[in-house]
Amino acid sequence: MASRVIMPKLTDSMEEGVVVKWRKAEGEHVESGDVLAEIETDKAVMDLEAFASGTLRKVLVPEGTTVPSGTLIGVIGEPDEDLREILEGAVPAPAARPSTPPPTAVPASAPPGEEGSASPRVRTLAREHGIDLQTIKGSGPGGRIVERDLEPFLTKKDQPAVREILLSQMRKAIVRITTQSKAPVPHFYVTIEVDMAEGLWMIEESKKPPASSSVSINHLVIAAAVQGLKQHPGLNAAFAGEVIRVFSTIDIGIAVALEDGLIVPVLRDCGAKNLAQIAESERALVTRARNRDLSPEEYTGATFLISNLGKFDVESFSAVILPPAAAVLAVGSVREVPVVKDGRVAVGQRLKLTLSCDHRVVDGAAAAQFLQSFKRALERARAL
Amino acid sequence: MKATYREALNQALREEMRRDDRIFLIGEDVAYYQGAFKVSKGFLEEFGPRRVVDTPITESGFTGLAIGAAMTGLHPVVEVMTFNFAILAMDQIVNNAAKIRYMSGGQISVPLVIRGPGSSAHQLGAQHSQSLEAWFCHVPGLKVVAPATPYDAKGLLKSAIRDENPIIFIEAQLLYPTQGEIGEGDYTIPLGVAEVKRPGTDVTLIAYSKMLLVALEAAEKLAQEGIQAEVVDPRTLRPLDLTTLAASAKKTGKVVIVEEGWPVAGLGAQIAESLYRTVFDYLDGPIIRVTGRDVPMPYARNLENAAIPEVNQVVAAVHQVLYRN
Repeated sequence: MASRVIMPKLTDSMEEGVVVKWRKAEGEHVESGDVLAEIETDKAVMDLEAFASGTLRKVLVPEGTTVPSGTLIGVIGEPDEDLREILEGAVPAPAARPSTPPPTAVPASAPPGEEGSASPRVRTLAREHGIDLQTIKGSGPGGRIVERDLEPFLTKKDQPAVREILLSQMRKAIVRITTQSKAPVPHFYVTIEVDMAEGLWMIEESKKPPASSSVSINHLVIAAAVQGLKQHPGLNAAFAGEVIRVFSTIDIGIAVALEDGLIVPVLRDCGAKNLAQIAESERALVTRARNRDLSPEEYTGATFLISNLGKFDVESFSAVILPPAAAVLAVGSVREVPVVKDGRVAVGQRLKLTLSCDHRVVDGAAAAQFLQSFKRALERARAL
Repeated sequence: MKATYREALNQALREEMRRDDRIFLIGEDVAYYQGAFKVSKGFLEEFGPRRVVDTPITESGFTGLAIGAAMTGLHPVVEVMTFNFAILAMDQIVNNAAKIRYMSGGQISVPLVIRGPGSSAHQLGAQHSQSLEAWFCHVPGLKVVAPATPYDAKGLLKSAIRDENPIIFIEAQLLYPTQGEIGEGDYTIPLGVAEVKRPGTDVTLIAYSKMLLVALEAAEKLAQEGIQAEVVDPRTLRPLDLTTLAASAKKTGKVVIVEEGWPVAGLGAQIAESLYRTVFDYLDGPIIRVTGRDVPMPYARNLENAAIPEVNQVVAAVHQVLYRN
């Protein structure tokens, strides 16, 4: 008796599937359990197995075609069997059949067979998932196969290849802001390398007992950026349609990683702060950011941005500008590298930084000049 | 705002009577005594004896009177002291209220609500502890409503009063003092619409009126052992919202129906039949009913408790339907 091959419903969310590839051709003999085709669901590509043995008489859906679950996609039957009845109501195959081997295959809504009883739900699930009930031992009354007996099979078939995480509100904001930036804002990037020997010495010194406040690389980078921005205010600016806004105060946004995203609190009026004040206020701000204790005005309105992935052993990277700021400085890790000094190779402590700029506001030369000033300031950290 | 079930009914009725002066309340002790269960508290004062009418102990008489009033343009609300006494008015309800619209070819309708408590309270004896909803559900021409929460009681009573057909509105003595959130002012809940009172995935518990509280408590207990029960309240027993019940049954594949009435030809049997007919292919086993015992309600407290469905019985039924025994 002819047996229908249908597009299965392999997961709760599966409404339709794609016949990726037929593994059997029309006219080919198939055994129950043979893989007939590869089916792409919303989650993965899976094998579709034959439920019946016989000849794959009809392939009704060409490769690459999407059809709803439950659609008849093929028929298995005897070589000379009359298929008119079973084919009635089948989707007409699109005209453009692939010229390559029109393969074919077959699973079918095979009945569970004459074995012991199974609950109606089990029969339905077995049909939808292409499970052969003859191989399953029932644990219900009188050996009835019940849903839990099917669970190992269902789990295997339903195992999603991906894990979906609902977007948090923060993630949605990140999606919105970064897309709004990267698409319309023409980014360009300039990278420099800074000798950190003096900076690292400063940091060590700041930790010694008499010092009132220790400093970090981030503090030095902020302070050096302030020096650079004072000399090149064109980078402390924003594109605003008909005008470019150049800000008189330097408000630096610091990217702070959180478990499920990031936030960019703003360190206000850095131009008026010395290194110790920058260090102190940065520490307080970052702590409150990590505790999610910030009010909205504390993470909006940065005029310049700094993103530091140094603690992750990153040599260098490029950051996405968060409008309205016109530039973001991406800070890598300080690395010990061989450097040539006075004709001899020595060990140097080097930090790579990449500045992403909004080309509508800043041009390459201005960016390079800013970085020169920045580098000079950072390499003479004691003067910061 | 919070209110008791009793206050919710009082508000619904009062707001409707203010809205439409064709509405009047009639029954034993509804006026000067303010109702046997104080549902009509303050009504006589506000609406006067013309619209809040005390009657003799004559259920058939005042129900027939109300049917006649409804036929001629008024909107009566009949309070039966309990539905046990509605048995006396059964001829009026079944042969007149339910049939006049049909037999007059739609010329005369009977916009009438018959309301009062059904089911057992504590030790009221066999004659005063009955759950008779199946009797009324049996009759074409009647709609039967059995709210379980104050919110539903208010919204459904308003819909019942505004309906053009005779409505049997079954409350419960033990629900009157229960508290819950209700909507402010005028809101209605359509008749014939069930509600999922607690979402779940593993088993469907169907329960209404007082038994909803038992089902919810059982669901809480089941959750502690990792079983997520979905609790669905039909709210209206006729017409039944089969769509909502079937969707839940299809999802979980396991169904337990909880009702206080007797098992034979009980409402749960009807619900089960409807589900078998619609979602047979999704059921993982027979639907199990937890019902009152098939006996006249015993008076002795221990025996009475044993005759009414309780939480552990529901939990055991869920274990059974999940094949966990």
